[in-house]
Formats: sequence, structure tokens, C-alpha cells
Amino acid sequence: MKILVAIKRVIDANVKVRVKPDNSGVETANVKMSMNPFCEIAVEEAVRLKEKGVASEVVAVSIGNQQCQETLRTALALGADKAILVKTDDQLEPLAVSKVLKKVVEQEEPQMVLLGKQSIDGDNNQTGQMLGALLGWGQGTFASEVEVEDGKTKVTREIDGGLQTIELSLPAVITTDLRLNEPRFASLPNIMKAKRKPLDEIALADLGVDTANRTETLSVENPPERSEGVKVETVAELVDKLKNEAKVI
Amino acid sequence: MTTLVIAEHNNSELQASTYNTIAAAKQLSGETVVLVAGHNCESVAEQAAKAEGVDKVLLAQADFLEHLLAEDVEKAVMAQEGDYSHILAPASTFGKNMMPRISALLDVQQISDIISVESDDTFKRPVYAGNAIATVKSNDSKKVITVRATAFDALATEGGSAAIENVDAGSHTPLSNYVSEELTKSERPDLGTAKVVVSGGRGMGNGENFEMLETLADKLGAAVGASRAAVDAGFVPNDYQVGQTGKIVAPELYIAVGISGAIQHLAGMKDSKVIVAINKDEEAPIFQVADYGLVEDLFKAVPELIDAL
Repeated sequence: MKILVAIKRVIDANVKVRVKPDNSGVETANVKMSMNPFCEIAVEEAVRLKEKGVASEVVAVSIGNQQCQETLRTALALGADKAILVKTDDQLEPLAVSKVLKKVVEQEEPQMVLLGKQSIDGDNNQTGQMLGALLGWGQGTFASEVEVEDGKTKVTREIDGGLQTIELSLPAVITTDLRLNEPRFASLPNIMKAKRKPLDEIALADLGVDTANRTETLSVENPPERSEGVKVETVAELVDKLKNEAKVI
Repeated sequence: MTTLVIAEHNNSELQASTYNTIAAAKQLSGETVVLVAGHNCESVAEQAAKAEGVDKVLLAQADFLEHLLAEDVEKAVMAQEGDYSHILAPASTFGKNMMPRISALLDVQQISDIISVESDDTFKRPVYAGNAIATVKSNDSKKVITVRATAFDALATEGGSAAIENVDAGSHTPLSNYVSEELTKSERPDLGTAKVVVSGGRGMGNGENFEMLETLADKLGAAVGASRAAVDAGFVPNDYQVGQTGKIVAPELYIAVGISGAIQHLAGMKDSKVIVAINKDEEAPIFQVADYGLVEDLFKAVPELIDAL
């Protein structure tokens, strides 16, 4: 079985994001970029399925500018066999991304597409579900456990009330939650090996997909700041403040 | 213009998040119609019909809708014939799971997790874990939106008298089938809607120590939450997680115990009215957002607090 893993290059999770003074977006110049953490979990899961003998090939795909090659090389170093970069300098919205991924799925014919449940920049949590609908496939979102057997996959999902398990026919789309696995670190030999693995480039325009933006971002602002609070010395003082000052207990 | 709100429920009760979503819908022009899709859920439709601001309730029932799997909800919504300018659902795991499917089939770019309605086509939403707020205008002819429940005050749950209409429930998608659920049972208030939340972090040390927080929560009528670190360490189940990718809470009082305050955690609780932090590390970032900070060993402070209440 072939697995396609879609990955996104985002501002590193440990960077403190700064809003641009002209409110047009956030500062990205000279900011460390990395693979979206949920996408790393997706790559790890695909590689583990290959190591278990469930998957035969893992293909990583990303949509973005030339620098996304680095992110794809990371995926190759983690164990993906092949990478595809759909090249564009535009920032695509999730609907457009899912349409592009649908084209890639039609070319690659995977039995499973693994994605992160959301990217930590846009926080949209849409692409996997949209891809599932466009392909007419079932979906297992927010996965904390994935088992594959007899052409089906059993997915345990993190939902608001606890855990839900569903069974999907393959092919299917799965999106990863935090506790699905702990991604490995790429070893130096694997980083070297990754440089020789195939990385194909496709120009976005060649796919013939309408990727025009449907929304406009009118402004990006800092969130309202909380005013600095006070330190209390004792539990008694805390209880007094909560009762008589904040009046919340 | 008419807005369709997709109700979140458990086949017997309308979830609180649905009332918040109806409140968001009322800030848009036109009527508000609520779709209750489920199985044996007439009582849910009756609750929706009584809710303030609801003009009509659509009831779509079928046995395969019992667990509200995304593929089936998608078909039930797509089977509706009305012409809706806006389709809204709560940004809970229910709404997040199924709404993008509907959005994609309608060829609409969804607007996720809105925190305000600026006009019929413009909304505010947090990005980068709430470190920035984007104002987004949709140019699609229909708008598909998920709503952050804590950002909209619910309207009255009684007093309305909307008509209930039975509608087509769509068809089952055999691609996806329900197997089982493991839901956390608790007598305490729901984490997402509780007036007081007591949360523990890695500093709690282990799962047994959470009993101390449960005692404190019971004194305060509070729900118990946790940071990602505490969930990852296996102290408590996943549904306790407060944060960017867990639950978003905004109670009157949030007490963070042994939580350092990573950005991803702050994203889930910094809209709380009053924040209390108890942590022995006075450099912990949680103190930057806390109204009242107590630098103290939690194993000393929490029992004292329980006694003082």
C-alpha cells in the first residue's frame, strides 16, 4: 500500500510570532521555519506503517515555494521514499490546497493520505476533511491510533467527550492529533541519504486547478493584552482577593 | 438571506455550544434555521424550537445518524433544499470534523473558529495560536463558518416557539462506520462551559495527584482541565486538554496549578475573566497572564486552598 503524506512549512512552533506594524500579516522575514508539528506526526505514522510492513511506499508532498524543498528533505530523512513539490509563490487557502492534493492523489493513487489535523499558522483544521469530501473518501480526523487490516483501517479519534473509534474502507484520509506518536529525530546518515532520494517538482500552473483566493485578510492585529496582575503572598490573601476584589467565589 | 445552524447534540440534549452558535447567527441578517440531524432526537428539536432567536427547526432523523459521522452529516446537510446564505456550526470536534466537507462540496473557503461578526461577510478569527487576530472577508457567495462558542454569549434557552419540520436525512456512506466510544464520565460541569475551571500541568507529577484538584474543583463547582504536558504524560485523558488544539475555555475563574504557561496553553484560556496561577517557579510565563499569582509549592498551596474554601 502506498501512503501519501501532505506536509506544510510554517513558522517554527517555538518562535514568538510578531504582527507587522502595518497590520498586513505577521513577520516572516528572517524567521525560523519548520515542518508543521502535526505534519511531522503524519510523516512518522506513515514511516511506522512502512516499518510494520503495512505500507510499501511513503510519498511526501508539499505545496509552496522553493524553500519547501528543505521541509520535504526533512520528511525524506525521517523515512519517506520520495517527495513531490508543487511549486508556487502564492499562499494557497485550504480549499485550493485540497484541490491540488486531489490532483496529486489521482496521479499517485495512494491507499491512504495522512495529514496533520491543522497547521499552527492558519489554525484552520480543514484540508484533510476537504480532501476527503472532494475524493468521496471516508475520513478519520484527530487520530490517536491507526490500525490497518484487510483493506480497512480502524482509527481512534480524540473528540471533545473522550475517544471515538471508527472503521474506514481504504482508500481513506487520516488527520493526526498530538498523541498518535512521538516523531523521531532524523539521524545524520539518514539526512545524508535523504539528499539522494527523488524530489520531483511540479509547477502549480501545470495542474490546471483554480487556486484563486476566496477570502481577503483585511488586517492582522495583536490580541488584546491582559494587564499584568499581582502576586499574592499567601493562600489566605488569594482567597480574600477572589472573594472581595474579583468577586468570583 | 437565511442562516442554517447545524446543531451539536447527543440525541437527547442540545449542547451548550449550539446556543452560542445561534447567538452568532443572530448577528447576521435574515432568519435563523436550525438543523437537528440525528437518531431518535425529537426532544433535541423541541429544545431548539424553544431557543431564543430560532425561526425554524429542521429535523432529519435516520438510524445511521446516531453517531453523527462526518460523511453522513455531510450528506444530510447537502440534502437540504433551502437556499442558505450562511451555514454555521460550533468549532468543536463535531463541527471541525464535518464542516470542511460541506464547505468543499459547496466550493466555498470555510472561515474557521470566528470570534466576532463584523458584517455579513467579514469576521474576526484568531491565528497563530491566538497570537494574532485576523479580520477576514469572504468573497464566496455562501459562507461556511465554525464559531468559537466562548466568544458569543448564549441567548435564552426558553421562550421561543419555532415550527419543527421533518426533512430528508440523506443516505449512509458505507465508507465509514462507527465502532465504539470511550467517553469520560463526570458529575462535574462541562469543561467548555464551566464558570470555574481548575487545571493541572506537568507539575502535578502524576495522575493520582489530580485527585487533589478534583477536591478543589468540587469545592468550587468547577470543571477539571489540564495542560498538554499533563495529558501527554498520561496523568489524565485527552478530553481534559485546554489549549490551541484542545478545548478553548473562557470561565469566570481559571486556576492554573503547576502549569508553566506555554503559548499553546495560553491560547486556550487567556480569555478567562480572572486567572489564578499557582507555581513554584516565579519565572513561569503563566504569571504574565495571571491576575493573581502565588509562587508556592502546589502540594502545600492546594490543600491550604481546599481548607480555606
